[in-house]
Amino acid sequence: MSTALALADLLGERTAGPDGYVRLAVDAGTWTALAEGLAHARHELSALWADAGVMRMALNDAQHSLRAIVSLETDAGRYPSVSAHHPPALRLERGMRDLHGVQPVDLPDSRPWLDHGRRPGRQDAARYEFLAAEGEGLHQIPVGPVHAGIIEPGHFRFTANGETVVRLEQRLGYLHKGVEGLMAGAAIDQAARIIGRMSGDSTVAYAWAFARAVEAALGWTPPPRAVLLRAVMAELERLSHHINDVGAICNDASVITINARCTLQREDVLAVLDACFGHRLMMDRIVPGGVAVDLSPDGVGRIRGLLTRLEETRAEVGRVYDAMPSLQDRTVTTGTVRPELARQYAAGGFVGRACGRAFDARKTFAYAPYDRLDFDLKVRTTGDVDARLLVRLDEIGESIRILSQLLGRLSPGEIRASSPYPAAGEGAALVEAFRGDVFVSVRLGTDGRVAHAHARDASWFQWPLLEAAIEGNIVADFPLCNKSFNCSYSGHDL
Amino acid sequence: MRTFLFDALFKGRATIPAPGPDAAALEQAARALGDRARRRLGRSLAIREIDAGSCNGCELEINALNNPVYDIERFGLKFVASPRHADVLLVTGPVTWNMREAVLRTYNAAPEPKWVVALGDCATHCGVFAGSPAVVGPLADILPVDLHVPGCPPPPLEILKALLGLMEAQA
Repeated sequence: MSTALALADLLGERTAGPDGYVRLAVDAGTWTALAEGLAHARHELSALWADAGVMRMALNDAQHSLRAIVSLETDAGRYPSVSAHHPPALRLERGMRDLHGVQPVDLPDSRPWLDHGRRPGRQDAARYEFLAAEGEGLHQIPVGPVHAGIIEPGHFRFTANGETVVRLEQRLGYLHKGVEGLMAGAAIDQAARIIGRMSGDSTVAYAWAFARAVEAALGWTPPPRAVLLRAVMAELERLSHHINDVGAICNDASVITINARCTLQREDVLAVLDACFGHRLMMDRIVPGGVAVDLSPDGVGRIRGLLTRLEETRAEVGRVYDAMPSLQDRTVTTGTVRPELARQYAAGGFVGRACGRAFDARKTFAYAPYDRLDFDLKVRTTGDVDARLLVRLDEIGESIRILSQLLGRLSPGEIRASSPYPAAGEGAALVEAFRGDVFVSVRLGTDGRVAHAHARDASWFQWPLLEAAIEGNIVADFPLCNKSFNCSYSGHDL
Repeated sequence: MRTFLFDALFKGRATIPAPGPDAAALEQAARALGDRARRRLGRSLAIREIDAGSCNGCELEINALNNPVYDIERFGLKFVASPRHADVLLVTGPVTWNMREAVLRTYNAAPEPKWVVALGDCATHCGVFAGSPAVVGPLADILPVDLHVPGCPPPPLEILKALLGLMEAQA
């Protein structure tokens, strides 16, 4: 008989903190019951990490608008494995074991994940064993870590039967830079700079999530103008990547005309960002307490002009894509993700939304200013490369709508609130980056420095689905599938 | 598609006028190259990009070099898929312990003569990742570096100027 426990039943009438999370300590029995609850889809796994000998798990129940962070004291590092019941926790548990030495009991896969046995003093010459695939006529294709294009490193081990991929296994961790270790003990401003480089393409989203977590911990309220400007930056970041991804997917199907148009549009966005915020990617522009730069009236005009051009590009790219059966022949029914898998892994962003998972942190756990904006959550249902491309095109339209509302609401005012007295505290935040929800949790010490910080990229729950999506497809379609996912390596490798 | 073609015909070029080589990069590259390989390669360079631990910010800006505005191939600069075809290794990020061997192997796979460019603050001095036990150190700790390009990340125009400097110096 199942002992699955639903988050809603556990929390009862408990009230959430200012960051929207209920925090509670649980015993090992409750921990395992919650893990079984994950397996029975009573709630979803949002993050799992280790902090000073304590295991923490962030759980979401969108249906009841509940979020919680549960903590379990480990028994000298040992704790009951979550992935023993719920596979999506597996890589997180392997990673946390590598980083913090915690020992998940009954972990289904004991191989290391982020630790490649290369660091001095921690060398391990043991060969990393890939999972076996047995059958007549199978051959393996190892790819990476250095790939052919200008992309991040990671290893893909394909087992193929002729053209058809039987199994893909990923090995990641090449970009492990020890960001958690660097942030521990760092001053808040320095930690903000570090977390802004978790994944350069989502620098705005990470900086925003970190700022919100710190602000929740300290009771720090950013001025209204800063909140609007943060969303302006976040939506422009989303637009710059969505338009680029659409082009890149088409490029992998050899339609370079669309790619040229899309990269040109992306460059247009970045040039406007440079003029408005003084940095093409807007690094370090969102800071705890507000934003670091103001937007001039001239900048508002530039962005409005940009939105008109973006809308023209979106419409034209959509028309061209629609009228090109030879391109759709490559994208439709390619790399299909099953909806139940997306639900199980709580896959965020366009990966989830392309197969019916209607989750968007801006809507599902709406944060300011999105709670007062008019926009739609765009969902498709086919789960293939085509759907992931179309979700992006749809979202470009929504982001343009959001931006015109934001620009209309900007009124003069402060852009950064003065910092409060240093105090111990905890805060967490969920922010919708272009590829999906980014979770950041921060614990501050009494000295006002970061005692511990953890960031969970959307990619953690998307990478495994890419392994599933490519199964039964031909090897030559992998670039197309991979690009349509566009997972982050750096954000995942911590 | 018609609109794309009409735009291409009537809107004029998207490209910007070619920048000159960066003076500092030219000097640095000229010093590094010396007489080692001048006039060996003509006016073209094949570049192999390696991410040795970057946050992917540098990759975004390197990719931008291929867009119609910078259109890097008009200068004879071309990104290649294999180190075996490369004259230049363009390396980003602090070198992580997990990438160290892959970087060295890629370097060894490139034929002589070859040049190494450390792109961005991380490749130069590890940037915000300095001091992490997961990081070996800056690129110069494991490979001879011919040119450093500062920035977090360096904008495409700066990367282009530095690469032109490298080409001018060896031409």
